[in-house]
This record gives sequence, structure tokens and C-alpha cells, in this order.
Amino acid sequence: MVGLATVFGAGGGTSSYREIEDTDVIVLWGSNARFAHPIFFHHVLTGIRNGAKLFVVDPRRTASARWADRWLGLHVGSDIALAHAIGREIIAADLYNHAFVEGSTTHFDEYRAAVEPWTLEHAELVTGVPADAIRELAHAFAKADRAQMCWTLGITEHHNGVDNVLSLINLNLLCGHVGRYGAGINPLRGQNNVQGGGDMGAIPNKLSGFQDILDDDARHRFEGAWNCVIPPHHGKHLTQMFEAMERKELRALYVIGENPAQSEADSAHAIHILEGLEHMVVQDIFLTKTAELADVVLPATAAWCETEGTVTNSERRVQRVRKAINPPEGARDDTAIITQLAHRMGHPEWDYPDSETIWNELRSLSPMHTGMSYSRLEELGGLQWPCPSNDTLEPSFLHGRLWADDPTDRGQLAPFSPVAWAGPVDQLSNDFPIRLTTGRRLDSYNTGVQSGAIASPLRQGETLDLNPDDAVRLGIEQDEVVLISSRRGSIQAPVRFDSHLRPGLAFMTMHFPDEIDVNVLTIEANDPKSGTAEFKASAIRVDKLHAQANSNVDEHMPIAGE
Amino acid sequence: MDLRFPEAEPTLAEVQALDAAVGPSLVAEGWEREYGGAHRAEALRHRLLPALHALQDRVGYISPGGLGELCRRLDVPPAEAYGVASFYAMFSMRERPVRVAHVCADLACQALGAGALLDAVQAQCGDPNQTGVPGTWQPSPCLGLCERGPAMLVTEAGDPAHEAVVAPAIADDVAVALRVGPRNFGVEVPVVAAVPQAATPAGAAGLVLLQRVGIVDPASLDDYRAHGGYQALRNAVTMGPLDVIREVTESNLVGRGGAAFPAGRKWAAVANQPVRTHYLVCNADESEPGTFKDRVIIEGDPFSLIESMTICAFATGCEQGYIYLRGEYPRACEHLQHAISVARDHGYLGANVMGLGFSFDIEIVRGAGAYICGEETAIFNSIEGYRGEPRNKPPFPVEVGLFGKPTVVNNVETLVNVIPIMLHGGAAFAAVGTPASTGTKVFCVSGSVSKPGVYEVPYGMTLREMIELAGGVPAGRSLTAVLLGGAAGSFVPADDIDFPLTIEGAREHNTTLGSGVVMVLDDTIDLLTFLRRIAAFFRDESCGQCVPCRVGTVRQEEALVRITLGRQSRAENELDVALLREVGRVMRDASICGLGHTAWSAIESAIDRLGALQGVDA
Amino acid sequence: MNMLHETPVGLPRRAVTLQIDGDDVKVPEGSTILDACKSHGTDLPTLCYGDTLDPVNACRVCVVEVEGSRALVPSCSRPVESGMVVHTDNERARHSRKMVLELLGSSVDLSAAPRVYGWMQQYEADPSRFGDVNTMKTVRQPAKVDNDLYVRDYSRCILCYKCVDACGEQWQNSFAIAVAGRGFDARISTEFDVELPDSACVYCGNCIEVCPTGALMFKTEHDMRAANTWDEDAQQQTTTICPYCGVGCNLTLHTQDNTIVKVTSPHDHAITSGNLCIKGRFGFQHVQTFARD
Repeated sequence: MVGLATVFGAGGGTSSYREIEDTDVIVLWGSNARFAHPIFFHHVLTGIRNGAKLFVVDPRRTASARWADRWLGLHVGSDIALAHAIGREIIAADLYNHAFVEGSTTHFDEYRAAVEPWTLEHAELVTGVPADAIRELAHAFAKADRAQMCWTLGITEHHNGVDNVLSLINLNLLCGHVGRYGAGINPLRGQNNVQGGGDMGAIPNKLSGFQDILDDDARHRFEGAWNCVIPPHHGKHLTQMFEAMERKELRALYVIGENPAQSEADSAHAIHILEGLEHMVVQDIFLTKTAELADVVLPATAAWCETEGTVTNSERRVQRVRKAINPPEGARDDTAIITQLAHRMGHPEWDYPDSETIWNELRSLSPMHTGMSYSRLEELGGLQWPCPSNDTLEPSFLHGRLWADDPTDRGQLAPFSPVAWAGPVDQLSNDFPIRLTTGRRLDSYNTGVQSGAIASPLRQGETLDLNPDDAVRLGIEQDEVVLISSRRGSIQAPVRFDSHLRPGLAFMTMHFPDEIDVNVLTIEANDPKSGTAEFKASAIRVDKLHAQANSNVDEHMPIAGE
Repeated sequence: MDLRFPEAEPTLAEVQALDAAVGPSLVAEGWEREYGGAHRAEALRHRLLPALHALQDRVGYISPGGLGELCRRLDVPPAEAYGVASFYAMFSMRERPVRVAHVCADLACQALGAGALLDAVQAQCGDPNQTGVPGTWQPSPCLGLCERGPAMLVTEAGDPAHEAVVAPAIADDVAVALRVGPRNFGVEVPVVAAVPQAATPAGAAGLVLLQRVGIVDPASLDDYRAHGGYQALRNAVTMGPLDVIREVTESNLVGRGGAAFPAGRKWAAVANQPVRTHYLVCNADESEPGTFKDRVIIEGDPFSLIESMTICAFATGCEQGYIYLRGEYPRACEHLQHAISVARDHGYLGANVMGLGFSFDIEIVRGAGAYICGEETAIFNSIEGYRGEPRNKPPFPVEVGLFGKPTVVNNVETLVNVIPIMLHGGAAFAAVGTPASTGTKVFCVSGSVSKPGVYEVPYGMTLREMIELAGGVPAGRSLTAVLLGGAAGSFVPADDIDFPLTIEGAREHNTTLGSGVVMVLDDTIDLLTFLRRIAAFFRDESCGQCVPCRVGTVRQEEALVRITLGRQSRAENELDVALLREVGRVMRDASICGLGHTAWSAIESAIDRLGALQGVDA
Repeated sequence: MNMLHETPVGLPRRAVTLQIDGDDVKVPEGSTILDACKSHGTDLPTLCYGDTLDPVNACRVCVVEVEGSRALVPSCSRPVESGMVVHTDNERARHSRKMVLELLGSSVDLSAAPRVYGWMQQYEADPSRFGDVNTMKTVRQPAKVDNDLYVRDYSRCILCYKCVDACGEQWQNSFAIAVAGRGFDARISTEFDVELPDSACVYCGNCIEVCPTGALMFKTEHDMRAANTWDEDAQQQTTTICPYCGVGCNLTLHTQDNTIVKVTSPHDHAITSGNLCIKGRFGFQHVQTFARD
């Protein structure tokens, strides 16, 4: 969200799902949408059946990658190197969109200079992707009339996640693949309202509707509506909050619907910090591990089926959630809890009879939501922002302004970002020669709090997935429980052979933290701009449980080819 | 594609069979696997049917391990591959002996004693479909050997697989087949034996389409050329595509497969389609019981089919042709394969045919035992590697045909008629026969006649004359009825055979020539058994896609059996006849394709015109 | 403003006029006869037709007579043509409809198929005419219960192909099932009829969503029907948004006694077109009251 907001001013995917069915080239980068976003992948499949070419860029040959016309299996964390090589090739072959670059972007010369060293050969060395594959993607992407770039956490869960995103956006700018039907840049949101949280202002520097908190006019309007004073400075994102907690500057925490005790990288460290708080309130539908550490637990209703309200999806579509069942006794709506707290804090005027009243207040404060009345949301199956008008609809894609005939109508031009590549923080070594990356399985979700109850015939529990040749080299058999260690800690897990993993690469999920806490291994190396941790790249070693003394990892296990 | 494959492992033999059929395995799974996704899989799908043949030919059945390996290589979903394989009668989905004798139980062979043969085989060799033995037998639908029934096809899986046809067959032949396989049965009788007219100079002089059968060496391109071969193509190229189509249109040539659609119109429609590629499909899936003319043409004069297809391709802009050949025709397959390869070697097929500036090639696709695949859209699905179910029309094949492209689909006999048209012109062709039925027609005369075989005559000969030409009903027996057009046709009674065998003549007589079947029944043949066989045939061959045909053919057979067992009262029989009419009507009105439309025709005509099912009540 | 100035996304469509039961009806080119009948207010029975799937026109219960066409025509798939004259309810069309219902009724258990009983009465269909159910060929067989999420009862299967199409290329692309065999022996099957957990099934339940006869059912529904507690009159349907990933799939929760008993998705919503994944379809257990003690 930070990357898109930096370039375009708005932190949302630029296309609609429907458009990917009518595009010519699809690039899924760091996204296993087949598992993580199955119904979005239906739209991708329709695009493929309509003739679109699919490229998947992912260290793993995932289920999504198996649908690709070409898979680019890069080394974990080499995304910027690959993106720059693609950009350089497009420029070198003179396939970039001169009109768009000249008329609608800035900083092209800096970008050109930044990618200049990234020849195909150099990139092949750094990324592990054959030069011909890089060239094929570059040419297909640049020659396509319409192309889409989509990514997920494989791009963002890195210490330089924002730079990764910027390096991909550069490619779309280079080819003019934004602001037109069927061409676009689309992050796939991992959670059902992660986009909505941002829309509503649950980010440290924005008010609802992406209005800058430093913008006095905007802030004053909110202050008028809420009868309070909003501090005129940016707040802290999650990483900064943890850092502040560690420094004891931040001493009380109010956690709503999050489980940081299990979802944070280097979870032992995270729990230690949470335990050091003076006061913690947790509001959740379950007694999570985090709630177990809390001073006060506020039982909440399940927002998706016990409450009225809205959420926003990855195509910026605001949709209604509705109450289908009564919550368990004692559980209350999030809004009821928050307004009750406000009452106790001296704001008895914070009183809303229903969710629609809250929503209408938002519509009055956020221009991009103004046209989204409940009745229109109902009638049209949700609405995409921006929706400033009560009568008309905007195009299904964003930033058409960049193509305006009159340069003054183009508004803020889109800047290229000459970012620099830096590999994963947790480097491979003789002691930790295997690259561990994490992700999701089809039938599970995040820490398994919700999905654990599905009686899924697909469920296998947590495993360490290894390339079979690696496993043989380590003398490990299928299903054998092994000791997995990183520089931060060790866990035990059974091994599953997966021939779709390249040698040197291992995979685990984060779905079963109660049994196997993978985040003991992951590194708390955070992106300074977004605060996201580098879940996707840990250096590990794998040892047999009962023969540690004899194992000689150095000799048997080469460092993965990064 | 993220398919899941069965865990069962293929045997070495299966791996080798697939290596030969679809190429050696690259890395079949894992991170190093070949790229391509859904688009690669789409491009490979048409290799499914040949690959299934390869497994069946090599080990005698389709095993889970073999199917799984096939699916890995071609990226075909295992459930779909299973669905396709189990659609075809020739593929066994269970372990089966390597040697199988397919003994014809169908109409023409019944007229020649197949019933007694099957009883004798049962007594001598035991039950059909045995397992755990080196060889077993099973009753089969028509094998297209009607001129010399009762017939048997013997298959033996292995490397290479062997096949032989034995006709007429006796129970001892079946026993030998099960014990030692097809290699024991020497050379098949020459194909010309199926053309009685060729035996006399006068008869031979009248042959046009069959003129080279028995005269030329079917393996020799030189011999074909020495007998006028490839002059027609030269003429066609000199004329140019538009004139070729004009001549074909003027000839008034209509399809010989049964539907009698004007060939010129079909060709023009495809030629005018701007969409490329255009395909040509030759329908050689000759499965209508009692039909064997295409087999005789292909076995005796394969180059004529290749030349005709090349002319058609030239005129309609087709770059690739397919001959969908019945799986039960080993000799035709062998002759055709050889002829195609010789023609290709000599530049008569391939890029720049004869140096004339156009490209065309032909691939043979072997059918696998499904009557429905002779339907003009089911044949596309089968070639493409899907279940041979008919498609919905419209769109018609000339617009959306094979692989979704404009396609000419013509029967073998229709195509070879193009040669006389190119040699003599459309007008000369149209002067033969009657104004509405032009040219000559090859009839398949079988059953109770002295000289069964294929007979080529100008349209216009009466049915009585045709029966006489075939030697008449053997002495001491009397004609009871003729089944015209095969199982999908209808019966005419013995006292109504003086009408001309033309398209219009048949129509006026409320019957059809269909594919040219003239099956003659005499008083030694039990009509009720015959009718039950027709009902069983349609039950077996219904593809199962639409309700009227899938369930209707079953209910039709059940009612027919109830009646013909002779255990019901007259009133019960009348109710069942009424039920038959209602079931027949929904099949005719509401089925998807011609199979369902005609599944009731023969039985209906037997009731209405032969008085069958009367007086069989208890 | 000049309307030719804007670049529209779809193709332009003409209007076509045809006659249905004597009335002129105008519909967009590319509409089917069934679409035209709907806009005309004519209700035709359908079974294999799926509003989110390409028509397979296999059941033939929607056939109508089109003048000039030798056989009856499936209204669900035949595109309208200008000047077409359609009879939806003449004796010939009614006869075929009645026979299709009878033939199906004689071989398949249609008791869980909505509306079929009414059509049987409307067309005076009497499946018992074909004889004794114990001697007739039918598809009777025990239900397949091989996982905890859904049940396959093929004694209710009319072979409409919809589950296969939803599992296959048109939506899910998992290809766990296909039509196998031929003729009356045709059936929906995994490869070699292996159980679902050994197949490619990913439990998206998109096959259940399109099944017209209850041959595919949530295990909850199957068990409640067996226990005689399934009561559709007492159920509410509420459409909300899936709580899992950020795609925003619409879920319609079917609730009975404050418990979610089944999940569907609106067919006319552009995100899902009725399709979900295992999490959306079956991931509701965590809010059932007993799970949150």
C-alpha cells in the first residue's frame, strides 16, 4: 500500500478482477493466488482460457506457477535484481512506451541509470533465473497491448518490501500498463479487510479516504465531526510500535482482532515485549495467545456474520457484511465496544444507532466514499472507490488521468523509483545453508484461528517441505521429524518431500503455531517504510534429531545457490 | 496445470509404449518440468486417443499406472482421461487377457448364422470376458465384414500388437485365436472378393469409384498413377479453387454418409470462412451395421482417397486433414498408413504439394469402438481427445468445427466421387443417375443373398433389381423384408421393392438409403431376434449425453423384450407398443443427434410395415 | 456529447425480433430462446441449464418447437434468430417435456430436486408407466460418504454435466471428476472411481452449488435430512463477505436455529459467479457457538 501510494497517491490496486480476463499478459509475482486467492485465480484462469500468457515469478514452483506459460524461479529476495533486468532489457530493446514515459512519468533518467548495470547475464547470476526467461518475460510484457502485474506477500514480506513493490511498478510505468482497461498493477490483499482498514484510516499517516493527517483542512473536518483534537503528526506502524514498546515509551496497547503473539516474526521476542507492557487490552472473537497475555479481554462479535458493516476487497470494492447469526452471549460489536470506551473517556456524543449512521458519517468526511450509500451498495453488489458521486460511476480502473490529452489534466505525474537491490538480511552461511520461505496452503489461513475448524481432507499439518534431493543429501526420510534451526531459535517438524521446490529451498506455513511455531525461526527484519517483517527469507539448518553429533552439514549441504 | 496424478506406477512396457506414442518423457514432475501451463496442455490434448491406443495395444488394457503416466506426460486430468478411455468399447479399464476375439453378433452376421456361432463359441470356449486366461472372447457390434460373415476380429496386445480378421469364422477359429492369437491366420482374402461386379468384364466396366479395386496394387503409388491417379488433382489445380467448387456444386454430389447434404455447398461455406486454420475430416468411422463400402475403397484403392482429400483441401483452403478410421479395420489402417507415407515421401502430401504451391497433410486417427463417433461433431471431440459426444448445432462444422475452426467433414465415398468430377466435369457427373440423385452409388448388400458384397450402380436401379444383381435370395428361401440404411434405417416389406434406390425414391417410400445398406432378410431369420438386436445396439451405442436417448434406448429395449418374450397379455402388449411409440417419439423429437433421432426408426417400420409384434402375446 | 467518442469495453449488440407463442419479442442478439422466453414472461422448466455455465442442453426438458426445424430445439442453448417462430407449449413440445420427466423419474430419485414435482404434475408425467422399478434399469446405489464436508448420492444424479463443468475448465479447473462410461452406464466419476480424498478434489464445493437434484450435498444437510431435522422453511439466507483472504467473495449463509447449515454464493455477483474455495464454502465452523466456548 505504501508503494502504490508513493507513486500514484492512492494505495489501491489499479484494476478490477474482470479486467484480467481481457488482458494479454499476466505476471503473478510472489503470489500463489491459486492457494491464497482462489477465486481471484478463477479470473486469471478465464484470462488464460481467453488466450492471455501467464508468467509466474516465485522461488517455488507453486500451484499457480504450474499454470504458467513460463515460471521464473528466482532466489528468495532477488526480486529487484530481476525487475531491474527486465526493465533494462525493455529499454535496451527499445520496447518501452515513449509517449507514456515522456508525458506521464518523471525520474526516467535516474531509473535508466539505476537499471543499467542489470544485464541479463548479471541478473541470471544474482537471481538464478535463466537469461532467456528474463528476456521472454520482458519482451512479452512490453509488447502486450494490455498487461497486468499482480503480487502478494512474496513481494511485501521482505525487509525491503516497499522497494520491491516500487521496482515492479517501474515496469508498468515503463510500458504504460496502468490507467487503461485491462492494464494495471494489483496487490492481492491477504485479509478480507486489509484494504478497508487502510481506506478507513487505520494507518499511521492517513485519515479515512487516504487524506493526509498533516492536511489541516482534512483534519479539522474530522475534528469537527468527532468533537476531539487529532494530533497533527504521523503515528507509528506496527514495527515502530514494537520498537517503542521495547524502549518502554509505549506502555499500553489496545489490540483489535490481531494475534501478534503468534503472527509476528521472531515470536519469542514479540511475546517478551508484549509481556513487558504495563497494560494490554485485547478485543477478539477468540481467546488468542495474545489475549492470554492481556490485562483485559473484550469479547467481540465475528465481524463477517454477527455484525453489520462494510469491508473493502483487493479491487477497491466496498461491500456489505451482514449479521446472519446471533453472537455468543457477552460478545459485542467492535463499534459498540469502541463507542462505549469513548463514553467512558468523556465523549457521550459518540453514539450511533446503527452501522449505516457510522457509514454515512464516513461518506460525509471522505470524498472518495461519498457516493456509496447503503442502498447503492446493496443494489450494485458493492462499489469501487473512488466513488465521489451519488449518480455516476467511475471507470473500473484507476489513474486514467495519466493518459489525458491535455498534460494539465494528468495531475501528479508518476515517478519512477530508482531503488537499489539488497538481498535478504538473514544470510546463508555454512551453519545455516538452507533458505526457508513461508506461505499459505489452500485450506488454511494465517495462524489457523478460523480455518482450523474446517474438517479438511486436505490438511496435513505443519511440515518442513524439502526438495527430495536435499533430503537425501541430509539422510532424511519422508515424515521424519527433524530439528530446524535459525539464528533465532529451533523447532521440530516432520519433513515432506516436495519436488516442486528447487534444491536449497525449504517451505513452511504459519498455520499451526500452537503445534509448531514457525515464527520462532523467522527474522524480525522490518521494512522501514511499511513495517512489514521479512517472513519470506530465513536462513536455516536442518538436523536429524538423534544424530546431531555425527552430522556434518558443511560437507553434505552446500549453501543454496544465492 | 496443478493436476494431481495417481500414485500407481506404470510398468516398463507401458513406459515404452508411451515413449513410442508421445515421445520420451521429459522431466514429468517437479521444479524442472517443462513449461507451458494450460496452453501446452491444450496443444497436446489431441494426442490422448493415440496414447490410449498405445497402452491398450501394448498391455491389453488401461491400467491406473499407465493412465497416470500418460496424464503426466500430456497434462491431461486423470479423471478426464478415465472418462475418455471408458467411453470407448475397445479400451478395457480392467485387466484383460492379451488375446481377445471379438465375435460379431450384429445384424448382417446374424443373417449368416452368427447366433449359432456364438452358441458354439460359448460351448467350446466358455463364457465371454474371462480373466486370468491368455485369451478370451466377447460379442461385438458389426465388424464391417458383412460380405463374408459371421466375422471375427482377433487382437493380441504386445510389441508389436497383432490383429487379424477371420471371416467367415467357425468356433474352432475362435478357439485357435484364444490359444495362439492372430498370427496363426494367414493372409486375408483379397479385397476384390467383396466386389462381385469386378469378377466379370461387363460388371467391371461399369465401375467408377471401385474401378481400381483389385486392379492396382494398393501399396504402389506408381501403379495408382499408371491407372489415372493424380490426373484429377492436376485438373483441379489448373481450374483453381473457385472452379473446383463450382464443378462440385454443378455435379450435385451429395453426402454418401446418410445425410445427403450437398458437398458443393459445404465446401463453399468452408472456403468462404475468413478464419484460419481450415480442417478437413474424412469420416471413415464406418460403424453403421451392414456398411463396409468405405473399407473396400480404402483397402483396395487408398491413394484415391488421399488424392480426393488433397483436391478438397486445395479447394477449401484446408491445411490439415484427418482420416478418422474405424478401430476395427486393421487392413484398411495398414494400407492407408503406407499410402500416406509414400505420398508424403513423393511430395504428394506435405509442404508445397507436387510443387503446386499449397500445403496439405493427412493424419490417421484410429477410432476405438464407438458408433457415435461417426456423427459429424462427435468425430471432432474424439479427434481432439475428448469423449466422442455430439456437439450442439448450430454452430455448424463449416463455421466452428475441429479445434473450433471451419471444417469440411465428408464421408470416404463422398470424397472419392470428386475424382470423376474433376476428370469429366460436374455436368457429366450430373448426367449419371437421376436429376436429384446424381452419379453412382456404392451399395452394401448383405444378408440373405447369394453374392453379398459392394455394388456400384448409377442411382435409379430399383431395390428388386439390386437384390437380383446380388444373386437374389438363395434357392429354397423366400424374401421377407429388406432393412435399408442399416440399424438407423427402416424395413421395407417383400412386396414393396419396386421403387428406385434414389434419395428421392427412398424418401417417397418413407425410408432412407442411409449409408447404402441393403440388408436382405428371408424366412429363416427370426425378425424378433433381429429387432431385439437393433434395440440392444442403440442401447450400447448411445453416448449417454441426452436423456431421451440415454434412458429412452433402455426403456425401448425393455419394452421390446417384454413383448417378444411372449409372456404378456394382448392388452399388456398393446400398452407396451403404445409406450414404444411415445418413447420413440421423444427420441426422434428431442434427442441431440441423429443416433437418438433414428433409434426407433427400424423398430417403428417393423411394427407398421411388417406387422411385427402382433400375435406374440401369451 | 458524441457517443462515438468514448471507447466502450464490450462489443456492440444488435436487437433481434422473434415470435414466441404468437407474440413479438425483441431481445439482444446472442440471447438464447430461453432468455427470450424469460423476457417474455414464459416459464420453461430447466434441469441441466446453469446460469453460470455454458449450456450443455443434455436434459432436453426445455425443448420448444421452432418452425422450420425438423427436431425440437433446446431453448437453453439455441441463439435467437430474426424472424424465428417459437412454440413453447404445443402438444409436441409438451409431449417431449413429459417424456423427459418420466424417463428421468423412472431411473433417478428426484425427491430432492426443487420444482420437479410441480412439473411432473403440470405435464402429467407418470414414471411408473415403464414398469416395475425393481426390474427396470435404474441408477440406484448407496450414497458415497468419503469425507466430512460433502456427500455424493448418485442415485439422484441426472447427468446434467454441471458439476463436471464447474470442477473443470469453466470454473475451478481442478478436474477431479468427469463423465465416465457410455450410454446408461455413463456416470460422474473420479479416475477409476477412487474416493475423493485420493482424487484431485479441493473441496471448493462449486459442484454442490450447481447440482440441480441434491445429488451433491453438504454433509450437514445430508445428516440433517437423515435425522429429519432439515427444515428449509425455518431457514434464513443472509449474504455477507467471506472472512478470509482479500478477494471479497460474497457468501450466502443459510442458517437454521442460529446455526450455519450451508453456504452458497450469489450466481449473479461478478466476483464469484457462485464459486467459492474450501475456506469460503466450509470455513464457517469457527463461529458456530459450540466452537467458541
